[in-house]
Amino acid sequence: MSKKQKMSGAETFVECLNKEHVEVIFGLPGGAVLPVYDELYDSDIRHILVRHEQAAAHAADGYARATGRVGVCMATSGPGATNLVTGLANAYMDSVPMVAFTGQVPTTMIGNDAFQEANITGITLPITKHNYLVKDAKMLPNIMREAFYIASTGRPGPVLVDLPKDVQTEEITFEYPKNIKLRGYKPTSKGHPLQIKRAAKAIMEAERPIIYAGGGVVISGAHAELLALAETLMAPVTTTLLGIGAFPGTHPLSLGMVGMHGTKYANYAMTESDLIIAVGARFDDRVTGRLDGFAPNAKVIHIDIDAAEISKNVAAHIPIVGDAKNILTELIKEIKRKPKSKWNEKIEKWQKEFPLEYDRKSKEIKPQYVVEQIYDMCPDAIITTEVGQNQMWAAQYFKYTKPRTFITSGGLGTMGYGFPAAIGAKVGCPDKTVIDIAGDGSFQMNSQELATAVINDIPVKVAILNNKFLGMVRQWQELFYDKRYSATRLDTSPDFTKLAEAYGALGIEVTKPGEVRDAIKEALASDKPVVIDFKVTPEENVFPMVPAGAAINEVIDYGGKI
Amino acid sequence: MKHTLSVLVENKSGVLARVSGLFSRRGFNIDSLAVGVTENPEISRMTIVVEGDDRILEQVIKQLNKLIDVIKVSDIKPESSIDRELALIKVEAGPKERSEVMQIADIFRAKIIDVGTKTFVIEITGDVSKINAMTDLLRRFGIKEMVRTGKVSMLRGIKAAREE
Ligand SMILES: Cc1cc2nc3c(=O)[nH]c(=O)nc-3n(C[C@H](O)[C@H](O)[C@H](O)COP(=O)(O)OP(=O)(O)OC[C@H]3O[C@@H](n4cnc5c(N)ncnc54)[C@H](O)[C@@H]3O)c2cc1C
Ligand SMILES: Cc1ncc(C[n+]2csc(CCOP(=O)(O)OP(=O)(O)O)c2C)c(N)n1
Ligand SMILES: [Mg+2]
Repeated sequence: MSKKQKMSGAETFVECLNKEHVEVIFGLPGGAVLPVYDELYDSDIRHILVRHEQAAAHAADGYARATGRVGVCMATSGPGATNLVTGLANAYMDSVPMVAFTGQVPTTMIGNDAFQEANITGITLPITKHNYLVKDAKMLPNIMREAFYIASTGRPGPVLVDLPKDVQTEEITFEYPKNIKLRGYKPTSKGHPLQIKRAAKAIMEAERPIIYAGGGVVISGAHAELLALAETLMAPVTTTLLGIGAFPGTHPLSLGMVGMHGTKYANYAMTESDLIIAVGARFDDRVTGRLDGFAPNAKVIHIDIDAAEISKNVAAHIPIVGDAKNILTELIKEIKRKPKSKWNEKIEKWQKEFPLEYDRKSKEIKPQYVVEQIYDMCPDAIITTEVGQNQMWAAQYFKYTKPRTFITSGGLGTMGYGFPAAIGAKVGCPDKTVIDIAGDGSFQMNSQELATAVINDIPVKVAILNNKFLGMVRQWQELFYDKRYSATRLDTSPDFTKLAEAYGALGIEVTKPGEVRDAIKEALASDKPVVIDFKVTPEENVFPMVPAGAAINEVIDYGGKI
Repeated sequence: MKHTLSVLVENKSGVLARVSGLFSRRGFNIDSLAVGVTENPEISRMTIVVEGDDRILEQVIKQLNKLIDVIKVSDIKPESSIDRELALIKVEAGPKERSEVMQIADIFRAKIIDVGTKTFVIEITGDVSKINAMTDLLRRFGIKEMVRTGKVSMLRGIKAAREE
């Protein structure tokens, strides 16, 4: 394509996607995006038609988390655009690079309550990193370039571009901008050398250090540096829910997850530490518990690319703003090897004393057992999750050893995320096994995407831990509301195997522990999308648990013991 | 504690909504906000007075800096800046009160810019405390209406809160 050429807005749009190396779009068309869809018809960009726009956003999100590339989704104006909202909020909370395109009524009609008009830039203002209403096709190349740049740099996040219909048909002279001029956006990537020196000094002086790693390590690709740091210092590592995979769960220094449903030893170690090395983690309330009881004797080194996260919830003594990989690389140069210490021994004792436990001898299918078997049979799979108990068991009982293999909705906690995210992850990583560990409630929020998976030949597996409840909410009702199960029973779920078959997927029902492994084997062997309906113990609870308002060392153990 | 922020932003539609939306969403209270174009027509300046302790102020500044359309945020300290606000005050002034109101306006170097049969409109420019002082004095005559622009601030001397 020659450099300067007359093109319509829609052609320009597709050309810009090519320049950004976009290989796939998840979307669903409508009147206000017809010109763009007409252009896509002849293009090499793969378009995956979803059955609900929320799934387009989640699939783009899953694709982005699995690959590290920008996920792209598209919807028409009005209801199409508003259906993206949950997916955008989800991606915003978890810092996922995504660009969403929406159709809009023609510029001349904006503000008139025109047919299928919604002020989507207004609606998504607080849930996007940035958004654009393209008022003139001449602005489109610049906006496209900026949108992808903003989404993928600094602290990543979703960007929305609203495309009025007349902009899609307007003719312009196309030229893709070489440079980006954004006066107000200059993310910091290098850490301040003096701060890094201060951090190194504090680290060498600490007796009870703990590394607290979050989603930022995964985003930054700093897992190798993190491993080197931990091994050099013999420092234990705990991760957040979103940091899972940033450090090998099988490593002797791994303490697993911290926080509300974290391991007891991670929470104890955090509480007793004298130095927290926080890397790409944002001290979420699920992690800290009651703030005045959180790590009372610890100094805090906080490494984060977003200055606004520093000292937001927990005061940082040594803040270092910048990219985790850059900073850890420099930090490692400043520190010396440390031998195993009393602190390590203390932690090892806790690990022996307080392992994750459940009733392994039960005659019923325990959800934890299902997750362990999935891990045993395909430890290299990408696991996505729904939200609730299923999500916590998937976090606790599967040992993730690589980044981008555990994909879950952390900040927003969006039921219905896991299945479309699995579809997106599988599209991005076709050679990997992708399994959605699901709940019976959550799966029903986007089960219509079975059609998308079947028709587009995206063989993801769904393992429903079917407890016939909105289990996580029921657990709170059991523990804190006298077992008054108000609106948490799911007695009238469909037969999930029949539902799968209705869409042309494979359905497998499992009612006995002895059948669990065979079912997983069959699912993995199938080249189709598969739904396995594991009938698990209905009133199983997730433990350990830190109740709301408690400090993180005030833990309820398995069986409800405090 | 009140703080004055001088915020340089892209002169684009929607910027005001982004800034004010951020304040309300994060629970920061805006006392006043004045906005206008700068010496560069592509850039506008907002002077925002915000109430809160140092921690809140720090968060406000960091969150503002994250907005793509925000170019620079400066925390303007009163000792190193000059600030002004303009107010229009419609005050009741019948035949008996007229001379006294005129005297007050005179003392504050305010101007009477409209005279009705029962009212004056007074224009006053000054720092916020001066305007407050005058309105306090006028209150007993009856203030029928008041419009204030919100504070605008500028650093003293050679220093400028501008894009580097
Ligand atoms: C039912 C439920 C239960 C939960 N229970 C728990 C729990 O027990 N424990 C738990 O941990 N979480 C739990 N969560 C998740 C929790 O709500 C938060 O989503 C999670 O703790 C946040 O993880 P994070 O701190 O790693 O931050 P993220 O949201 O992953 O944020 C990433 C951080 O890294 C920074 N960053 C981004 N890029 C870079 C870079 N290149 N370099 C450096 N920094 C970077 C960002 O600025 C940000 O501060 C639960 C969620 C649900 C739905
Ligand atoms: C969209 C949405 N609605 C409501 C909730 C509140 N919620 C959190 S967990 C949960 C129960 C989920 O049930 P299920 O998918 O069956 O998972 P389980 O906890 O039983 O494993 C609910 C309703 C939510 N997180 N997301
Ligand atoms: Mg359930």
